[in-house]
Amino acid sequence: MRLAFREALLAFRRTPLMSMLGITTIAFSLFAFGLFGLVALNIREALRLVEDRVEVRAFLVDGTSEEAIAAALGDVAAFPEVREVGYVSPDSALARSREELAEFRDVFDASVLPGSLEIRLREGFRDPVTVQALADRIATYPFIDDVRFGQEWVAKLYRVRTLSVLAGTGLGIVFALVAVLIIGSTIRMAVLARAREIEIMRLVGATNAFVRMPFLIEGVLKGALGGALAVGLTWLTHTGVSRALFETVFFTPAQASLGVLAGALLGFFGSLVSVGRHLRAVWKDA
Amino acid sequence: MSGVLRLDDVTKEYPRTGVALKNVSFTVDKGEFLFLTGPSGSGKSTLLKLLSFAERPTAGEVKVSGFSSATLRDRDIPQLRRRLGIVFQDFRLLTDRTVEANIAFALEVTGTPASSIGGKVGRLLTQVGLASKATSMPHELSGGEQQRVAIARALANDPFLLLADEPTGNLDERATRGILQLLREINALGTAVIMATHDLSLIMRSGYRYLELDRGSLHYDGTDARTLSRHQ
Ligand SMILES: Nc1ncnc2c1ncn2[C@@H]1O[C@H](COP(=O)(O)OP(=O)(O)O)[C@@H](O)[C@H]1O
Ligand SMILES: [Mg+2]
Repeated sequence: MRLAFREALLAFRRTPLMSMLGITTIAFSLFAFGLFGLVALNIREALRLVEDRVEVRAFLVDGTSEEAIAAALGDVAAFPEVREVGYVSPDSALARSREELAEFRDVFDASVLPGSLEIRLREGFRDPVTVQALADRIATYPFIDDVRFGQEWVAKLYRVRTLSVLAGTGLGIVFALVAVLIIGSTIRMAVLARAREIEIMRLVGATNAFVRMPFLIEGVLKGALGGALAVGLTWLTHTGVSRALFETVFFTPAQASLGVLAGALLGFFGSLVSVGRHLRAVWKDA
Repeated sequence: MSGVLRLDDVTKEYPRTGVALKNVSFTVDKGEFLFLTGPSGSGKSTLLKLLSFAERPTAGEVKVSGFSSATLRDRDIPQLRRRLGIVFQDFRLLTDRTVEANIAFALEVTGTPASSIGGKVGRLLTQVGLASKATSMPHELSGGEQQRVAIARALANDPFLLLADEPTGNLDERATRGILQLLREINALGTAVIMATHDLSLIMRSGYRYLELDRGSLHYDGTDARTLSRHQ
């Protein structure tokens, strides 16, 4: 194992440019994942805050009876999605509007604002589809005039999040493929550079696993380095945006080390696929 | 006498060049010294490759020690190789490291504990008469000395059989005699030796058994040197 490590490190020194290139492409692959992951993470964070405020407001038809309202309150409170439901009378709606929109206080009078049910949702039931379904259900009461919630921009946030996950994954996969190819050709050069040693190893009876080991270690080391680089780049982006534009959140340490691990795996597979092929080519004549 | 290796009606056909060995059968005993001769292209190297399992027979069976070409899996070949020593005409030393590092390499890559490598390398160098050249680089040695290093490396894992493919092909008369003398000493310690050569004088002087190949067929198997001179 020590010997394998020594050989792996030697390979770095033999082909520094190709090694750097391999590390850099792995870093870019994971950086793409990381950036879009960061966007997704922050949108989720924003959604969480926004969702907390997501409420559904059901406006009542004028002159709805007290009994009907009480029955509706009981019904709606029993829905699994609903955390709490309250009744806002036309009077209190007026008072609230005057308070919130002081400039327009004279515009409002009691006859303009209808009474409404104000519904807050449980966590996990705040996505657009669920909210829409609930709104539709409530709208079936005959005394409900109109149901409103912030559908457009909740939906928009969700769409941006989905897009950024897709874009990150797509770009990341392309970079990952390039990384595997580049790691593959570094390994090829490393195998050719060590053709003589490999031939002798085979001659004297080193096992295949033993012969492969330095190349696999080389791949894993490069991959992990690339992963660490990607985490660093993502972190720099995060701090840059936080300073210059707006506060963002970063991955947890566990998520960040997952990035390094992903790099190591990428490097491992890159070497694994190419080492067998190139070793066979070198061994043809041994 | 117990046979360390046996070829049983072995034929080897290469994809492009065709038949290289044809229905070859023979047995080698433990501790025997055997020459292999025949014109260039007659199949000597192919035969040695079959014995080290670098090639598999197209038909027939090759048996070396307990290993049979009929049953041995590729991934078990290293186990056989550790019990063989192999040397070539062109030495095949690693030119970027010292003589002792070349020998140590064979021990390292076959899992010898690091603590016992130094002593073992020293003993091997003494055995081949190069104790004073331990830290020389291969290019600083004569051809005969380089072949001795290669032989020391081949002996690293205490083989029961040493395969030598024209080991003196690149050497002058004096160096050739020295290498042959070394191989005899190794043989005297119990290692069987199979040496391919087209140097007939070596065979005649030794009186050892030899196999003569002719276009892939086993033409002669015996010790009668007069037969040898008649054919050539
Ligand atoms: N790897 C190979 N692929 C195809 N043909 C080969 C290969 N090695 C040897 N041969 C052919 O097999 C025959 C025997 O070659 P070889 O065993 O090298 O003979 P020798 O060692 O006696 O000179 C020759 O005709 C040679 O061209
Ligand atoms: Mg030959």
